[in-house]
Amino acid sequence: MGLNDFIQTIFFLIVVLLMVKPFGSYMACIYMGRPAGLNVWLVCVEKWIYRICAVKEEEGMTWKTYAVAMILFNILGVLVVYAIQRLQAVLPLNPMAMPAVSPDSSFNTAVSFTTNTNWQSYGGENTMSYFTQMLALSVQNFVSAATGMAILVALIRGFIQKQMNTIGNFWVDMVRTVLYILLPLSIVFAVVFVSQGIPQTFNKSAVATLLQATKDSNGKLVNQQELALGPVASQIAIKQIGSNGGGFYNANSAHPYENPTPLSNFLELLAIMLIPVSLCYTFGCMVKDRRQGWALLAAMSIIFLPCLWFCIQIEQQGNPLFDKLGVDQTTTAFQSGGNMEGKESRFGTANSAIWAVSTTAVANGSVNCMHDSFMPLSGMIPLWLIQLGEVIFGGVGCGLYGMIAFVIVAVFIAGLMIGRTPEYLGKKIEVFEMKMASLVALIPHMFILIPTAIAVLTVVGKAGISNPGPHGFSEVLYAFSSAAGNNGSAFGGINANTVFYNVMTAVSMFFGRYWLAIPMLAIAGSLSAKKIVPSTQGTLPTHTPLFIVFLAMVVLVVGALVFFPALALGPIVEHLMLRGA
Amino acid sequence: MKKTHSSMTSLFEPTILVPAMVESFKKLDPRHQFKNPVMFVVLVGSLLTTGLYVQALGWHGEAGASFILAISLWLWFTIVFANFAESMAEGRGKAQAESLRRARKDTPAKKMSKPTQGASFETVSATTLIKGDVVLVERGDYIPMDGEVVEGVASVDESAITGESAPVIRESGGDRSAVTGGTRVLSDWLIVRITANQGETFLDHMIAMVEGARRQKTPNEIALSILLVVFTIIFLLVTVTILPFSIFSVATAGKGAVITVTALVALLVCLIPTTIGGLLPAIGIAGMDRMIQANVIATSGRAVEAAGDVDVLLLDKTGTITLGNRQAVAFIPTQGVTTERLADAAQLSSLSDETPEGRSIVILAKEKYGIRERQTQELGARFIPFTAQTRMSGVDLGANRQIRKGAVEAIEGYVRKAGGIFPDDLKSSIETISKSGGTPLVVAEDKNVLGVIQLKDIVKGGIKERFAELRRMGIKTIMITGDNPLTAAAIAVEAGMDDFLAQATPETKLKLIRDMQTGGRLVAMTGDGTNDAPALAQADVALAMNTGTQAAKEAGNMVDLDSNPTKLIEVVKIGKQLLITRGSLTTFSIANDVSKYFAIIPAAFVGTYPALGALNVMHLATPQSAILSAVIFNALIIIFLIPLSLFGVPYRPVAASRLLRDNLLIYGAGGIITPFVGIKLIDMILVALHLV
Repeated sequence: MGLNDFIQTIFFLIVVLLMVKPFGSYMACIYMGRPAGLNVWLVCVEKWIYRICAVKEEEGMTWKTYAVAMILFNILGVLVVYAIQRLQAVLPLNPMAMPAVSPDSSFNTAVSFTTNTNWQSYGGENTMSYFTQMLALSVQNFVSAATGMAILVALIRGFIQKQMNTIGNFWVDMVRTVLYILLPLSIVFAVVFVSQGIPQTFNKSAVATLLQATKDSNGKLVNQQELALGPVASQIAIKQIGSNGGGFYNANSAHPYENPTPLSNFLELLAIMLIPVSLCYTFGCMVKDRRQGWALLAAMSIIFLPCLWFCIQIEQQGNPLFDKLGVDQTTTAFQSGGNMEGKESRFGTANSAIWAVSTTAVANGSVNCMHDSFMPLSGMIPLWLIQLGEVIFGGVGCGLYGMIAFVIVAVFIAGLMIGRTPEYLGKKIEVFEMKMASLVALIPHMFILIPTAIAVLTVVGKAGISNPGPHGFSEVLYAFSSAAGNNGSAFGGINANTVFYNVMTAVSMFFGRYWLAIPMLAIAGSLSAKKIVPSTQGTLPTHTPLFIVFLAMVVLVVGALVFFPALALGPIVEHLMLRGA
Repeated sequence: MKKTHSSMTSLFEPTILVPAMVESFKKLDPRHQFKNPVMFVVLVGSLLTTGLYVQALGWHGEAGASFILAISLWLWFTIVFANFAESMAEGRGKAQAESLRRARKDTPAKKMSKPTQGASFETVSATTLIKGDVVLVERGDYIPMDGEVVEGVASVDESAITGESAPVIRESGGDRSAVTGGTRVLSDWLIVRITANQGETFLDHMIAMVEGARRQKTPNEIALSILLVVFTIIFLLVTVTILPFSIFSVATAGKGAVITVTALVALLVCLIPTTIGGLLPAIGIAGMDRMIQANVIATSGRAVEAAGDVDVLLLDKTGTITLGNRQAVAFIPTQGVTTERLADAAQLSSLSDETPEGRSIVILAKEKYGIRERQTQELGARFIPFTAQTRMSGVDLGANRQIRKGAVEAIEGYVRKAGGIFPDDLKSSIETISKSGGTPLVVAEDKNVLGVIQLKDIVKGGIKERFAELRRMGIKTIMITGDNPLTAAAIAVEAGMDDFLAQATPETKLKLIRDMQTGGRLVAMTGDGTNDAPALAQADVALAMNTGTQAAKEAGNMVDLDSNPTKLIEVVKIGKQLLITRGSLTTFSIANDVSKYFAIIPAAFVGTYPALGALNVMHLATPQSAILSAVIFNALIIIFLIPLSLFGVPYRPVAASRLLRDNLLIYGAGGIITPFVGIKLIDMILVALHLV
């Protein structure tokens, strides 16, 4: 890693770390109902929303009621997003006269955006009207993120409450998340993004005359270029903050209008990390033991940082085949060097690799380069980070609750190893919690491996693969990992806008989201009903370096054991073959 | 004293080993295997590969017949080895049950018409007795069933149950009224009311327990089973999807062959946690076995497991922390009275006092002041016994000399009534005694107070160290006593207890336990008296003394045959050991998978992608020897770990973090490294023997 890249990486990490405490404690105040500025000034708006929605603010919900409210709200979201896409031709704010989206693509997109995945089998600027982008997709960007955070807060309540059968009110958690956290942040980021040149307009596309005429694939002369515009900045802000990742443009944050400058790139990266990382601290505040929050952050970081370093390093080394062809891959003042295939020259390899690792560790899924063009091993890192269960920071809310499921498994094994029935934060981990945590550990793997197996066996599945050999296998594996992990980034190189992939990925996304969320709410309910066991000398401390390393090992070993065969047949063999060649 | 049960049976005891071998083949019955999902998967895999072998013999096989046969055989061995572990654990229990069963002979019983001495009786078989019957047991008779003494005192030989050869006293009323069926009366006679029906007796419980017949899975065991099942399902998923991945890879690479079902089954069995899955039943049975060896009978495995979690331990002061009785250590006279006079009066008042305190006063007077014992009859003395109303005892020597001794308030009232005064200088002495943990006993003659006898509790030797050990385990100790808070505090400090409950009544004990439990604590308690029963029933882990009353034994969930209250420390250790063994072997089992992948994955795909040969870090000879070595290692490791599962991973009372670190290093890191070495060795042996 060159000095420049090193400084950029360290600077990014330090800024993220500095945000953790202030922003984490702000969110804790919001969720615990303590005054924190915005929730004092805007309290009348919050009350007004409850009044018109007939929400009884003080009324707690059992975990089942909470889960039903969450599911109904999300299913409604799917229906609305589907309907808007199908009807967009007749709806307003459609200056480019976009036709209705196809049924399977609409269904896929509807599930994708409500599950916080933002897998996009369409190209935004030539498929969606402004109305669809704003009222279908952006709205889901807010509420799907808020859903994840609400579930996390309900789970945290399970740890802090004693012998109660409620876990909070879903609607209240949603309103507070959107009103006090997501909306204010989005406004700030959107305004800054506009300053960097990201468009924010209802005007139709601009037309530019080319300085040099060119020919299209049919041999026709082209001398004009259409520059797609729209309400981009507002959508990009929430896309990054809420770990959504669905771009306004097909090229996502590699597009010059979606991510024009190195500063916008830095800010978007920051927005990706901000909430997932800070939530660890929020967790610590809420359970009244900040060390527990730092411990989870540390466990995530000791997986994240080596992955980050490794990915940058591999990309920096460049492609050995290009070396043989005499291509200059060295770093100079005029070029970033390394493997520049599929990357934007304004970002270079380091910022592309940081982005790739961040967007997959956090279940964000926006991209500023093509993961498909990474070297096999550096391409494996984003893939594997998704396969670890999106718990290394992970999506807003869902990453942390996924990690807590791993904590439950880890304290269970560790508890046995020290001869005590396991407990975490004073709550006994018993049969019911183990059942639910096991489901959380099992389901994502199922919805990655089985659809991948079906895809590589069937004609319709194989039809989408554009690269032969192990790389093609990696593409399919990545697609379903991204869907089940609710990441949404694409490896690329695969034509996913077919009925087969639209339906299969939608199923993976749906179960990857809700089959995790519901067991976690069940755990919240069960924990909430329990007593809090005071800790003694015999209690296993869960904030020590030992436990942090153990937790990270559990995550790594499970991820490695499940995906080793698949990875061996994809990126690993591709790397070995490349080295051998 | 000889303990019959605590002798460790050797691992290679042929009387256990041989039947266990037979049993491990009988247990191949799918109905038995179905109870253990992990091993059931292995059974299905064995059947599948056996079928493939038959296919390879007759028609065109997917691989060489000898290779399939070798894999198939080792898969069968894997199940047999796991069965063998379970049979060994059961066999060791059965050997103990056998010795217990010998105690349960069909003895004749003298069934009485009514529960009074001299009532008529008829001789019937013990098996016909039911709850509520009353029997007479005379010298040399066996007690036919569990019961409670309603009349009589006798010495009883309980060695058949406890292994303790010294006879014990059993008497009606009080805390030594329970008798156990199968024990023998050595002297005198007892009238016993039967308290258990046939099949529900103590002995029956013990036999069922050691045989593992009524063993139910404990909550933790269930939770662990769930985790193991999930791992099994995940690895099933992993191996099943390898087949399509392989088909795709072969098609796209254009060379090699699709992975064989035999290799997939081998990989599956290697990946699923067969080590812990196979040894889990043995660990549970062996845990119970260790309890029996410690002479503790638990009514459920759940109680044993809960013992590992205890964080508060309530102990009765008397007999547990202190020697049973208080002893007189000093005579402190009031001003104007000589020590000799006080000692003389104290001795006179205690001559007929048969309580241990009374006897210790006589002994002290003799040892320190040379006052000989006198016969009460010669003095014409009349003994005034202690009553709860007067709270005094004493002696009347004729009409003009009345000596009384008793609690401070009682004597103060007594002398005031007689027109005397209570000397002020004595009050400071009394306070000093109380503060030091002693009990003051005031002596008065007529209306004059002579002085005070200092009675002191003697803390048992070595008890302080035991409590320090408990503290290191994270267990808080609380002393329960009827003493006043001052005395209690002094003794608690002397014995090194964390806290105490003074002036305890059954209600305050119960309340203390409930409060602790509401605060989330897991409470253990030992007790023997009937008044302990409510508290024992409330406690999470309740160890009743075998010498205690039937009510106490029924309220508890464990009975200590040695009647040693500090036995709870052993119980806690056994409980912890049980969990640690399970946890460590689970970690070991999963950690093993890493190296098995490095053996099998390159072997399975090297034909399709020769570059994957780079992952063969162990340099195993051939793809077939690699897969076979992994399977053989997986089977043999079960055999190697049988001793560990039977004897348990040792527990040391150190901080939780340190224990976790050490066990992770041994079973986690060890679990990753061991199979690399083991598989390589097996591969070398296979090559050397030209088996592959």
